[in-house]
Amino acid sequence: MDSLMTFLEMGGYARFVWPAYGLVAVVTIGLLLVSLRTLRSRERALTMLQEQSPGRRGRRRDK
Amino acid sequence: MSRLLEIVRRDLRLALRQGSDSVMVVTFFVLTVILFPFGIGPEANILERVSPGVLWVTALLASMLSLDRLFQADYEDGSLELLALTPTALEVLVIGKVIAHWLTTGLPLMIAAPVLAVLLHMNGEGFIALLVTMLLGTPTLSLIGAMGAALVLGARRGGVLLSLLVLPLYIPVLIFGVGAIDAVVQGLEDGAQLLVLGGILLAALPLAPLAAAAALRQALE
Amino acid sequence: MQRLANPAQFLRLSKQLQPWLAAASVLLIGAGLYFALLVSPADYQQGQTVRIMYVHVPSAWLGMVGYSTMALASAVGLIWKHPLADLVAKAAAPIGASFTFLCLATGSLWGKPMWGTWWAWDARLTSMLILLFLYLGYMALQSAFDDPSRGARASAILALAGFINVPVIKFSVDWWKTLHQPASLLKVSGPAIHPAMLTPLLLMVTGFTCFFVVVLLIRVRSEIIASKIRAIRLTQIHGTREEPLADHAVG
Repeated sequence: MDSLMTFLEMGGYARFVWPAYGLVAVVTIGLLLVSLRTLRSRERALTMLQEQSPGRRGRRRDK
Repeated sequence: MSRLLEIVRRDLRLALRQGSDSVMVVTFFVLTVILFPFGIGPEANILERVSPGVLWVTALLASMLSLDRLFQADYEDGSLELLALTPTALEVLVIGKVIAHWLTTGLPLMIAAPVLAVLLHMNGEGFIALLVTMLLGTPTLSLIGAMGAALVLGARRGGVLLSLLVLPLYIPVLIFGVGAIDAVVQGLEDGAQLLVLGGILLAALPLAPLAAAAALRQALE
Repeated sequence: MQRLANPAQFLRLSKQLQPWLAAASVLLIGAGLYFALLVSPADYQQGQTVRIMYVHVPSAWLGMVGYSTMALASAVGLIWKHPLADLVAKAAAPIGASFTFLCLATGSLWGKPMWGTWWAWDARLTSMLILLFLYLGYMALQSAFDDPSRGARASAILALAGFINVPVIKFSVDWWKTLHQPASLLKVSGPAIHPAMLTPLLLMVTGFTCFFVVVLLIRVRSEIIASKIRAIRLTQIHGTREEPLADHAVG
């Protein structure tokens, strides 16, 4: 437990080190999630549009 | 060459007919510089220390304000399309317009600058450096600005967008322009800074019109 | 390279590549974090704050990689009119901008305990700040046009102009910084790299680079699909209405 506390305290610089890593985690994971979400919603929209316009039905999409 | 002069003359004529543009640019320059003593206090030491920077930043902003009229009017009334159809290269058109822009913006700023330098208590030795740096720097500002103006043709909020695009690219000119004046005022040599300013201008002379012409072609497609 | 020109091919290839890259990035970053936070030593001068370097340096690296990707893709798009190139540039921008922002934020958090201020006009941080504005300008220009291909073409020129300027800006800022330098200098990267610090640094850099590519591939796929959607919508509307879809605002 003691060594965990020492680790978390980062020699007294905890309030700089952890926010730095935390911010990096938040931004990178956030970027990934936002990009994935946009991709999924666009894929859905494309599927819907392709079902609406019958002329494009025949095109094979690799899903 | 004669075509170039034609374009310069045409733009100058249009600018003179408008009349107010150069006056507004210089007025903005003067007014903004005057704001600084109100903002940071009239103490001569402080004003002297910041005078090169203040003059250069303000000249930069003033020069930028007049950029949107470079292509916008011609773009809107269709004359840009007609000019593009002539056998003259678009790059020549751009250079002509840049020359006209500098004559109606950069040159008046250069003339106003020493007067304002007196108001800011700038060290007397810096005056020549101020003029030389502005002579070398303001054409570059017009060139880079022309590229920016061409890029935002037809864009939403073109005016503000133009500033966002162009100001980061202005920073090297600003750094060396002020650096040269500061050097002279401190009794050092400013040759290196002037050389860099000249180099940037020489690089911008072919590259900026190229980019601007490419942007104009895209706008006219 | 030519095979990638076909969007369908690209979609297939990227789908195959993605899991491997994702796994690689998780492993590399995981290992990097382990070494960065647990194994590597604290710095003699900077103490534990040196651990911020392990996220600051990869962020700076990716900020520059992002812009280079944008510029390269823009050049390919302008010269060869490669259809995918514009999409790659557009997709790379937000990623690069995010990492540039992270570079500034972590740099600030690193600087506060070291220099006592939240911001220092350090040469690298200043250059990164200017780079962030170059990114923002690019993204703003892209989205300022109703016609997305016009936006893509215009911002391609801007990307190249910015790219040419980056060395000039770096040179100017370095010169400017040496002019105004205080007597003692603590570079953000530290005076020297201890070999034990190299391992986590390299792990983090490569891990984050894999992550960059993963997100880039996702975004490019997203852009391809978006352009397909636009194409379908245009053909749909073109048949039922005579007014053009986009209102080309001037000025």
